[in-house]
This record gives sequence, structure tokens and C-alpha cells, in this order.
Amino acid sequence: MTTHLATERSGRRGARSARNPVGRAGYVFVSGYVLLLLAFGVLPTCYAVWLALSNSRNQLVGIGNFTRTFSDYRFGPAFVHIGLYLVIWLASLMILVVLLSLMLHGRMRRASTTLRFLFYLPGALAGVASVLLFLILLDPAASPVGWLLKAFGWETLAQVNAPGHLPVLFTVIAFWTGAGGWIVVMYGALNSIPDEILEAARIDGASTLQIALRIQIPMITKWIAYMLILAFAAGTQLFVEPQLVSLASWGMIPDSWSPNQLSYQYAFQAGDFNGAAALSVDLLVLGLACAALVVFRTGLFDRDEG
Amino acid sequence: MNNDVPVSSRRQLRHTAVAALGAVSLLALAACGSADPTPAATSSPAAFKPVAQEEGSEITVWADAGRVPGVQAYQKAHPDVKLKIVTYSGNANGANDLQTKVQLFDRTGSGWPDVAFSANVNDGTWAAQGKTPYAAPVDKGLVPAATLNGFAYGALNPCKFNGGTYCLRNDLAQNVLWYNKKLMDKFGYTAPTTWEEYQALGEKVAKEHPGYLVGTAGDAWSPEVYFWASQCPASTTTGAKKVTVDLQDAKCTRMAKLLDTLIAKGSVSKDTVFSAGFIKNQAAKVLMLPGPSWYGQVLFNSTFKIPKGQIAAAAPLKFEGDDKNYTGNVGGGLWFVSSHSKNLKAASDLVTWMTTSDDYQATAGTYPAYKPAADKWLAGQLKTGYFANDIDPAFKEAAELIWPGWSATQYSQEAIYSSTVIPALNSGKTLTDTLGTWQTAITDKAKPLGYTVN
Repeated sequence: MTTHLATERSGRRGARSARNPVGRAGYVFVSGYVLLLLAFGVLPTCYAVWLALSNSRNQLVGIGNFTRTFSDYRFGPAFVHIGLYLVIWLASLMILVVLLSLMLHGRMRRASTTLRFLFYLPGALAGVASVLLFLILLDPAASPVGWLLKAFGWETLAQVNAPGHLPVLFTVIAFWTGAGGWIVVMYGALNSIPDEILEAARIDGASTLQIALRIQIPMITKWIAYMLILAFAAGTQLFVEPQLVSLASWGMIPDSWSPNQLSYQYAFQAGDFNGAAALSVDLLVLGLACAALVVFRTGLFDRDEG
Repeated sequence: MNNDVPVSSRRQLRHTAVAALGAVSLLALAACGSADPTPAATSSPAAFKPVAQEEGSEITVWADAGRVPGVQAYQKAHPDVKLKIVTYSGNANGANDLQTKVQLFDRTGSGWPDVAFSANVNDGTWAAQGKTPYAAPVDKGLVPAATLNGFAYGALNPCKFNGGTYCLRNDLAQNVLWYNKKLMDKFGYTAPTTWEEYQALGEKVAKEHPGYLVGTAGDAWSPEVYFWASQCPASTTTGAKKVTVDLQDAKCTRMAKLLDTLIAKGSVSKDTVFSAGFIKNQAAKVLMLPGPSWYGQVLFNSTFKIPKGQIAAAAPLKFEGDDKNYTGNVGGGLWFVSSHSKNLKAASDLVTWMTTSDDYQATAGTYPAYKPAADKWLAGQLKTGYFANDIDPAFKEAAELIWPGWSATQYSQEAIYSSTVIPALNSGKTLTDTLGTWQTAITDKAKPLGYTVN
């Protein structure tokens, strides 16, 4: 979202589009988006920042809400949980998505259309619905893949949901529901690489592996970076998965497993909207920091390269 | 498309970011208030002042799918009352929609439902607290004292705060000892009357008929079934937002030891009765099961599909050293009248009808908290012929035996047990080992909500 905003704003200031009459039509096209972005993105963010810096009596309290939530006994575990989850998820997302799209692009051109459709299919279900599906899949007694769970020695839902398994479980859910879309995007990115380059490499005697490592992956770095930013932001805000799995297992997962859930607890169990806002600002800062790091490291916004 | 951005915009982006950061940090430095959220504990609610009343105005009712037919029956019996019925989750199974929405309505200053049903027996703790509690005290001129006195002993305890009664109880979920009479007769056992006999029988079952069960410890509500009955001081409020938690008390450890023994022998399951695996593999092997009154129809009949004439209920068990048998309670719905209602008369009339009327309560799915309605309800249960004995004496006895030392709290004991104790049990630890962790978990949960724990 941040990246979109920045792109638009700088695009508007670009000398080229101002002189170009076609550019004016651009304003009309983005106006709807900008309006919604202001109403549902920028304004709530500003409100959250204001809430985080004030108390329920509307007095400014500085970083009081941040230190208060930081010293909460649930703060540390929630961020550790989400950190573990992010490491596992981002690593598997990057490796598997790139690998699968390379294979689709190179080796399996004939079956590729069908496979791309299959990969994308779970993502076409709304997020919550696919999590609900997993509630059934994870119960060894009800699951169609119960034999697989039992092969790991898990006989009951309680054993599948053991605290140590959760980051991996949520990764599986998130990968299954979200990776398909990215595979399609990466496939598109690979298609944008001119055939001549690949052909030249092949004539020079490069193996498939060398082509992938030296040509294809470097040329789609920006798309991978883009995926990383969005996946990181979505990952830190994990909420639906733990919340639903917790409800379905009668609370076997703590109700403040992820920072976003903790924020929800603050707002709606304790009625402390300021503490909740402080936590969401923490997440905003994390997301922005990651985005900034990736943007400046990979030169996502540079026009000179590529 | 990103490639079209000129390099200079990067500098601009940085400038904007620095400016925004600067503005925010200036705000952050300009601190003058305290970061403490409004201390809900110390601010005793102002005396209840109704808003300007509009006679005959429409009232909004929030109820769950199970209760909506009752509200519709009320509408039929009272065609002149203007009702707007909204179906919502009813806060069942740990959902907290009502609290979530009320918090938001408190911020916007409008939108509260005039009447709300909640299946969460703990909801009074937040609805009756705060500067302007959501719930109106029904004992202050809204519902006559004679009606309030008709509820079972202690039934309104989850509604009583700061000397007022803030809700009416829809149903009781007093625990009894359920048993499968057909199996017990076949094995030549008789239903125990004390926890000691229960343990002995559990050990005997494990030896003579392995695989058969006398209880489950993996339900979220296990603390309310076993530890509440054992009079364990796990949740004793001693004042507004003061709670005593002492799981090392002898009355807690005796129950932990009993369950540990039976879990080790295999006659108490670590699973929950509602898990798909349990329903499939163990349901037919349940010999005894201490549990709430709603187990009869909801669990044995509808979920386990145990045929007619097998399931029976016995009175709650007693510890030999105790002078009296006590029991716990698992849930039980509450009806709230909003303190913001413009038609308190209609709202209180509705909740009174819903909780006390024979027309609705006598055929309801759960045991009525209002005693006269409970008599009719039990007569109705006898007529169904589902149970192997007359459950009337056991239910009535249990309804008056709910140990008053276990209080409703703003946090859920069930959530704490399932996220702390059940994973520990499944990793091979015993309940006795886990009491310390469990105690810490309760304390940790209570403190951020403004409770003083000792």
C-alpha cells in the first residue's frame, strides 16, 4: 500500500505526465482509488497514531502507551511467535514460489496452464473460508489426510495444535491460501524476460540451473522484493488463522498469540483503544521499516536499472 | 511501471518521511497526561439514571439463533410491542461480539441494543462495570423483587455487582453425574455418591473394562466441572476487581491428584467430548461423565446419538471429608437490559417474559434458572422418555448446590485452561505438575484487566 502511494505521488509530479494531455485522464482513473485510500487507509492510520499518543481523556501521553504495552507479559511472546512464523513463512514463500514458477516456466510448458490454474485455485477462496477448511483438515479424526497426521504420531486435534507446531501450521495455511497468486505473478515476470537473452545463454552453453541463477532470478528481483514487502506486512498482521483455530479448538491457542490478536484483546476485552492503537502502530512501523529496507536495497523505485 | 519514477522522487520521499517522523515525534514528546487507561476498577459506576423515556418506542433485541424463536413467540403474544430482532452469535464458544460492539457503541455514543442475550455467563463482569455500564440494574425498579426471588439459589450471582443485579439468568448449567445406566447395569456397577467411590470405580473400570471412560479432562470447562465442585479457590472475587487465586490449596490438589490417577489408568480421557475423534471412537464407551445439565440433550442425545433409555443423571458427588456436596456450573445465558434504552418498560418486560414464562422456558433446550419454570421443564423432560431415570431430583438438588466461592470474572477460566493446561496434559505432564503454570496464567490474565490478585 505504501509503495502504491509513493508511486502515484511521484508519478503525478513527473514532468512527463503533466505536459501530456493523456496524463490528465490518469487523474480521473486514480481518483477513485485515492479517495478510498484516504478514507480507509490514510485517515484510519492517522487516527491510530493519534490514539497511540493520547489517553482516553484525550490528553497527549507521549510514548506512555508504547512502554505500557511493551511491558505487557503477552507482548514478548506475541512478537516471538510472529517472528518465528515470519522466518518460516517468508523463507518457504520465497524459495517455493520462485522454484515452482521457474519449473512452470521452463520444464512444464505444456501442463503449465493447468498447473497455474490449480495453484491459483485455493487463493480464489476468500481467506476466512480457506482457514475454515483447514479446521477440518487439521483434525486427525475428521481429516481426509488423517493418515498423514497420524503418521506424525498425532492422534487428536490437541496434539496437532501443540504450541510448538503453530508457526509451521500457520505457514502451511498461509502458503496454501496465498502462494498461488504469487506463482502466477512470478510466472508473468519470467515471461517478461526476452527470449533472445535466454537463447543466447543456452547457445553459450549455460545449464538450466545457471540460467535460473544468473539470468532469471536476477531479472525478477524486483518482483521478489515486491512480494517480500507485501508478505511481510500481511504476515506481521496475522489474525484470522490463530483466532479461528483458537475458536475451533475451544481456546487451545492463546487468545493473544499474535500481536494483532493482542491488540484486539486490548481494544475489545479491556476497552483500551489507546493501548491497541500503540500495538498497531508498532506493526505499522515494522512494516514500513521492512518496506523501506527492501525498497532501497533492491532499488525497487529506480528507473535507471532494468 | 515502477521504473518510470525519476530518481529525484526518492529524495522527495525521504524528505516527506523525515518530516512526518518529526511531526510524530514532536507529538510524542509533548506528553502531559498519564498513559494509564481509565482505571475501570476504582471508578465506581454513577447511580443509574435512565435516559428520557419514550413510551411505546421500538426496542432492539439481540439474541442468538437458539433464543430468537422465543423472542418471536413473545412478539406473537404481545402484538402491540414494537420489536426489532437481530440475530447474532450470542457470544457462544468464546466469541465476544456483544462486548466488541458495545465498546464501539460507547465510543460513538449510540447504537446499543435495548435488550441483549449472551450465552457467556461471564459477560456481567464487563456489562455491569465502568463509568456508564451497558447493563441497567434490573433490581432498581425494573423487575419486581418477587420475580428475582423466584430464581434458583445463586443463579443471579453472575449478575450481582456493586450491590445491584444487572441481568436475568436464562438457564442454569449445574453439574450432575451423568452415567450410562445400561452399561453400568451390564458391568454390575452402581453410580457412586462420593468422589472417593468415583475414583475407586474409575480404577476398577480401567482394569476390568479398559477403553471405557468415567470422565474427560480435555474440555475447556473441566475446571468448572471438577475444580469448582472440589471448592478449589481458583476464581474467588472478594470485592470489585479483587480476586483470590490459590491452586496449591488442598481443595485443588485433591482434585488434581484424583484426575491424574484416572488419566494415568486411562479411564479419564485427555480429549474433549466435542472433538470429532471422541464422538467417533469414544462416545459409546462413556460409562460416567460429570458434567452440566445441558449434556443430557445436547451431548448424549444430539451429539453422541445414544439411544433412548440409557442415560441417567445422579446427584453431584461429595468428598468424604466434606459436610456437603457442592457442584459447579458450565455457562448459562444472561439477559441484559440496556441502561441507554428509551423504553426500559418494554425491555424489562421482554427479559422477564423470556426468563420466567412457562410458554417459553418450559420447552426451552436448557434448564430454566427460574424455579417455577424449571418444574415445568423437568416434567417436559420426563415426557420425552429419553432418560433412563427421572432426572428431576438430581437436577433440582444440583441447582441449589452450586458452590458460591467461584465467581464470574472478566477473563475466561475456560480459555486459560485450554491454552495452558490442555497442551501440557497432551505433552505428558500431569495436572499436579501444571498447577503452578496454571496459577501464573490466571494471574497474568487478571492483572491487565485491572484485577488485584492475591
